[in-house]
Amino acid sequence: MLSQLPALQVVIPLIAAPLCVVLRNKEIACLVSQVVSILSFLISLILLQQVLQEGIISYALGGWLAPVGIEYRLDILNSFILVIISGISSIVTLYSKKSVNFEIESEKIYLFYTGYLLMFSGLLGMTITGDAFNVFVFIEISSLSSYAMIAMGKDRRAVSAAFTYLVMGTVGATFFLIGVGLMYSMTGTLNMADLAERLPKVYDTKAILVSFAFISIGILLKLALFPLHLWLPNAYTYAPSVVSAFLSATATKVAIYILIRFGYSVFGSDFVFSKYPTAEILASLSIIAIVVCSIVAIFQTNIKRLLAFSSLAQVGYIVLGISFNNINGLTAAIVHIFNHALSKGALFLAMGCVAIVIGSVKIKDINGLGKKMPFTAFAIVISGLSLIGVPLTAGFISKWYLVLGAIDKGWWPLAIILLLTSLLALVYVWRVVEVMYFRSDPNSPEVKEAPLSMVIPLYILVAMTIYFGIETSFSAGLANEAAEYILGISE
Amino acid sequence: MKHHTIPRVIAKLAIPGIILFGLYVQFHGDYGPGGGFQAGVIIGAAMILYGLIFGLDALKSVAPQKIVTSLIALGFLLYAGVGIVTQLLGANFLEYGVLAHSPKEGQHIGIILVEIGVGITVAAVMIIIFYMFAGRKQ
Repeated sequence: MLSQLPALQVVIPLIAAPLCVVLRNKEIACLVSQVVSILSFLISLILLQQVLQEGIISYALGGWLAPVGIEYRLDILNSFILVIISGISSIVTLYSKKSVNFEIESEKIYLFYTGYLLMFSGLLGMTITGDAFNVFVFIEISSLSSYAMIAMGKDRRAVSAAFTYLVMGTVGATFFLIGVGLMYSMTGTLNMADLAERLPKVYDTKAILVSFAFISIGILLKLALFPLHLWLPNAYTYAPSVVSAFLSATATKVAIYILIRFGYSVFGSDFVFSKYPTAEILASLSIIAIVVCSIVAIFQTNIKRLLAFSSLAQVGYIVLGISFNNINGLTAAIVHIFNHALSKGALFLAMGCVAIVIGSVKIKDINGLGKKMPFTAFAIVISGLSLIGVPLTAGFISKWYLVLGAIDKGWWPLAIILLLTSLLALVYVWRVVEVMYFRSDPNSPEVKEAPLSMVIPLYILVAMTIYFGIETSFSAGLANEAAEYILGISE
Repeated sequence: MKHHTIPRVIAKLAIPGIILFGLYVQFHGDYGPGGGFQAGVIIGAAMILYGLIFGLDALKSVAPQKIVTSLIALGFLLYAGVGIVTQLLGANFLEYGVLAHSPKEGQHIGIILVEIGVGITVAAVMIIIFYMFAGRKQ
């Protein structure tokens, strides 16, 4: 049965989704998604261990061997990403019950979980597959369900936010497909490993250059790098809290994984970084993203919107790490995928707690939150520190590798800019902390914490933020191995 | 449409034929052009024609919305279920060869089952889309 795990990783949530439709019961749907998420998490851990012990795992769907058939291919990088996605999903679904009951209409809850499971399996599929066209299929599965879930938000603006995302997301996915089509026409294969072997012969053709352009712009739209980010702030702000937390922790991260996979493994760094000024383009866009989005975040009045802009800045850090094309930069990118998933996931979950108790996530409405909801407020502080990159939190580890990467690359001024932009993060986190702790709310001073079923999953994430800030052998160690492996392929 | 006799009569004559043709496309799919998707669309179109001519309520009494919604899921579950069964029989996901004594026969059975799943889901989705648009004012 162990050999069947790669398929089960995707198939279990994929089957659970229609099961929720048939059963039509919100309690069961919630339970199913919790059980499925935890099962997926266990499977991903076993797979990661197998990969660490035995190396690459290849699974032929339908028994049709690669490169003709669809191959699921696990290496150290994507098995690590799978652990992140399914781990976050386990925590989010354990947290979800009360929050979803509060934010979603009762008769639609089973459909909400159906959409959630589809999105979950789509993201797992994007990560696990070794087939370029299959990536597109799973992009569509995860995106279509995420549009529907964003539109389920309580605020009516959620619908227009979802529509904007739908238009932008479809353009992104279509660009990706056009790029894959061009690669197929030039090489006659869709299997990523096979593509990596055949592409060097046709590196000099215009078609491959155009295909690279289409694919990278399509993915950059999906991962919301400045200036292709316009869909994201509204989508995160008006989506239900659970969806914001899951999307911010996983969806853009999987798109980043696809960027690493296509940039380093499929096209190869010789093509991407040596032939064309990709590094300079990506790095300058990332710097703009970090600076501009951090500044915009400072001026937000809605905390979820503030966090959304902060996410855009963090995506900038990750893409910057990718653009360095060296071991420390790539390690920083991969470990920040993990660390940012923890801290931003925790922050959005905390916002869900605030929403259910206070009924609003505007800065003006959380006066004195430190007294009213001590646990939630403290969780916000700790995760906020991790966003800034304070030592002893997970965020520090990624910033550290990023600065090392910038120095290795010889881009000294960047290292200084990186440290200065952390101050911008400090400003927007401080705005929230100040209102929570240093202003009191005379109207309702009584303590009223969110339900335990929400606070406990929140604190699991917060505890991990601290743990992985101190003990880095799992997160940074694996990221480092993955980066070595990815760079090794392309040499 | 109550007073338009000609469309009503023609629809009554045509719908059984359309459904029959849909089934032909469905079951002939593994030998010739066709398959679950096309068959699902044809059968869905027949149902929608019935709804257009005889009214939404008449169609809803033939195909209740709840059942159609479940059919979307059941078609998909049939598809994925075939995959799970092949896994239980010791092969990879959707490796049809193990479904019968000879691999060739197994491929036939697998394809037919999977295509039936596709057909059910596509037909049900077509009908649900029609319900969504036609029922907007209600």
